[in-house]
Amino acid sequence: MKAIVCVKQVPDTSGNVAVKENGQLDRASMAAITNPDDLNALEAALVLKENTGCEVVVVTMGPPPAEGMLRECIARGADRAVLISGREFGGSDTFATSQIIAAGINAIGVEKEDVVFCGRQAIDGDTAQVGPQIAEKLGIPQVSYVTDIEKDGDKLTVTRALEDGFMKVEVETPCLLTCIKELNEPRYMNMYDIMTAYEKPLQVLDYPALKDDPLIETDTIGLKGSPTNVWKSFTPPQKGAGQMLEGTDVAKQLAGILANKHLI
Amino acid sequence: MADLSEYKDVWVFCEQREGKLMPTDFELVSEARKLADDLGQNVVALLLGGEGISEVAKELGGYGADVVRVCESPLLADYTTDAYAKLLCDKVHEYKPNAVLIGATTLGRDLAPRCAARLHTGLTADTTHLDIDTKKYIEFLRTSSTIDVDKQKFDLEDRNLKMTRPAFGGHLMATIVCPRFRPQMATVRPGVMKKGEFDQAKADAVKVELEKFELTEADIHTKVVAVEKAAKELVDLTGADAIVSVGRGIAKDVEGGLKLAQELADELGGVLGSSRALVDDGFVEADHQVGQTGKTVRPKLYVALGISGAIQHVAGMQDSENIVAINTNPDAPIFEVADYGIVGDLFKVVPQLIDEIKAAKAAE
Repeated sequence: MKAIVCVKQVPDTSGNVAVKENGQLDRASMAAITNPDDLNALEAALVLKENTGCEVVVVTMGPPPAEGMLRECIARGADRAVLISGREFGGSDTFATSQIIAAGINAIGVEKEDVVFCGRQAIDGDTAQVGPQIAEKLGIPQVSYVTDIEKDGDKLTVTRALEDGFMKVEVETPCLLTCIKELNEPRYMNMYDIMTAYEKPLQVLDYPALKDDPLIETDTIGLKGSPTNVWKSFTPPQKGAGQMLEGTDVAKQLAGILANKHLI
Repeated sequence: MADLSEYKDVWVFCEQREGKLMPTDFELVSEARKLADDLGQNVVALLLGGEGISEVAKELGGYGADVVRVCESPLLADYTTDAYAKLLCDKVHEYKPNAVLIGATTLGRDLAPRCAARLHTGLTADTTHLDIDTKKYIEFLRTSSTIDVDKQKFDLEDRNLKMTRPAFGGHLMATIVCPRFRPQMATVRPGVMKKGEFDQAKADAVKVELEKFELTEADIHTKVVAVEKAAKELVDLTGADAIVSVGRGIAKDVEGGLKLAQELADELGGVLGSSRALVDDGFVEADHQVGQTGKTVRPKLYVALGISGAIQHVAGMQDSENIVAINTNPDAPIFEVADYGIVGDLFKVVPQLIDEIKAAKAAE
């Protein structure tokens, strides 16, 4: 039995984000972190490992430096890692990305009791699309926005968040779950696993390794295989400067303005 | 490649919960009406639900749907990915719509990617602006971007759906197209598109079609065992006229700061909002969060207390009609979007403001 965890290295958009003159994002100015929701997915897998003794495999698609993030995941307790990396995969939108990652997961192999964990969404794109799209490509059921997981044999009872409450859903394995931060508190790396992180196996799957999977065709991966493309990207304009209120009676001034505008 | 011209009409997947339509349905149907008019095509609402759901269908006509296609079955009463994805995909294959809009709710964001992957088409997530007509898109760029549109070349004949969304936490906006595949699919942020005026005559005239379909229990690999409302009442940020939001500026006394903000909100007849920081730190429940990963709001009055104005937050509140910011840091970016700014300690200013508002009310 395996828990397969999909993770992504992302620029930290919560800090200072620099945009270059041409409207492109200045990635070099930003720290690369493991996507926050993905750490909740990893934690869920590690809990499953504690309860069942299953193997935890982390998988990512990205450039070779993403290995550092995978080693960190191992240092948190994962058993091995798979890096899907290749020039042919560049420029993929969510559709093409899910084709490639699903092919990578097929290469790892999905068995009856296995669970695929993803974060709900990555903070660079915020789409929440890749998880469900991988589930569709693997032909397994999905539950998204997961906040609680109970396992009973090959059946899981999971709680998924709604805007105004939650839904309890039974799902048979293998299945794919997308996790949100309410699910758990990700653990830190531990000293033993940090020391041995580089001794654990890390497999690289490049285009030749995956090309025989029916999901991998030139018209289903990379820029060419992406149904969507960016037509324009632009920065929103700064709003004109407002009025700064000054003096000792700023509260009174503001109350007056709000009253004049019929806001109170 | 398929003949794209076979694909006609703008569809809206209309979500229901417990037999009731969602507010997003009316927003999306209103938006679809505009797009369909530019295309010279129809607006079709797709409504899936339990037996009797067709009774709520006509209301969708009042916001601009020409046809409501209804699938009724006990198997559709509660949302399941498998049943809903099967029917949406089957109906797309049957009728070949040009575009499909789905509300970016927690369920819409589960359904849409599953369907787009099955239909082999593109999907744009969490869109905040949609255009068919290129001239209208250019006018949108003129007011909403720093692009000098007069120096750019545009294909004025382009009739692809231009789907605009915030990217990288709102630092950039991206307009996405799906030129080679149909339907063009987008999820749309709740609260962003304006709901049109309800027209009773159009509601009476709308065609409600009860659809034939195939669906059995064997198609559904999950089972909904319970749907429950949260124990406490959740805050209605998107429907509020006034929002008082708090950020890290209350860190020195979180409890006191929250109490002050709530008092001010009560005085303004509004609700409490929050930046991401306080939600991440566990001080405020997630349903209060405004911003790119929270809710998009546009109240009449937005008061930002101790909020620095990270773009992530600003993306969710910049369209508010009146923005007030109170912050100790005169260089806080929140002042760049504020209509009225006060540099000062919120713990001093807000109690005074509450008193002054009470006085102003008494004077009326």
